[in-house]
Amino acid sequence: MILWFTIVQVVVAVAAGLLCVVLGLAGRRPSDLSVGGLALLELLLIVQIVVAIIAPLAGNPPTGSLLEFWVYLVSAALIPPAAVAWALLERSRWSTVIMGVGALAVAVMVWRMHAIWTIQVA
Amino acid sequence: MTGIGRVLVIVYAIMALAATGRSFVQIVQRFDEAPLAYALSAASAVVYIIATLALVFAGSRGWYLVAWIAICFELVGVLVIGTLSLVLPELFAHPTVWSGFGAGYLFVPLVLPFFGIWWLATHRPATPTTTDAVSTAVAS
Repeated sequence: MILWFTIVQVVVAVAAGLLCVVLGLAGRRPSDLSVGGLALLELLLIVQIVVAIIAPLAGNPPTGSLLEFWVYLVSAALIPPAAVAWALLERSRWSTVIMGVGALAVAVMVWRMHAIWTIQVA
Repeated sequence: MTGIGRVLVIVYAIMALAATGRSFVQIVQRFDEAPLAYALSAASAVVYIIATLALVFAGSRGWYLVAWIAICFELVGVLVIGTLSLVLPELFAHPTVWSGFGAGYLFVPLVLPFFGIWWLATHRPATPTTTDAVSTAVAS
């Protein structure tokens, strides 16, 4: 993992998460803005998948457990599509909140992934 | 289910996913390092899965009871494992969902059971059919 890119992902995840939670609690149904935030986050996670495949070959191997890293990354990459699918099926204020909770969970997971890659010793 | 209940289910589902993934990796790769801690890690994953399902079906009395049991087990678990990870670090200071009172998960595991208990206490399933029996008796 690359530190500046990790930070970008965490910032986007937290921002999208807080935005969706606030919009949802204010009674807004899923919109282009809230869904767009999660779409951007998913794009970053897909880029992260590519980076994680290439990095060990380019001299940036993980120090920690590769299996654990990939379990986190795959889980994280599944959350925004699942949250958006829920939101589009059931367009209520609570599905906006749930998108926010999903984005915040992704933020935590990306941070854990960075710790596994750079700090944890396998 | 009301909206806040759905949010609760999602958070439990995410904890179930996180705990299952983590304990799976720990047991596959380094069970011998801390068999007790990682076995409890797997137990916590099972508890979260049961709690998630029970909350989804908590409109029925049976699942409502299961939800109470699972969430109380979860609360006891995070408090006991959290304490043991500080007091007996050789046995328990290995990273599991409940170590350090869930510090590795921003203390969500510590706060979540209280939220779950609040929700269960304020959302008892409807008591069944005595009023229906009376109204059908009156109508006939």
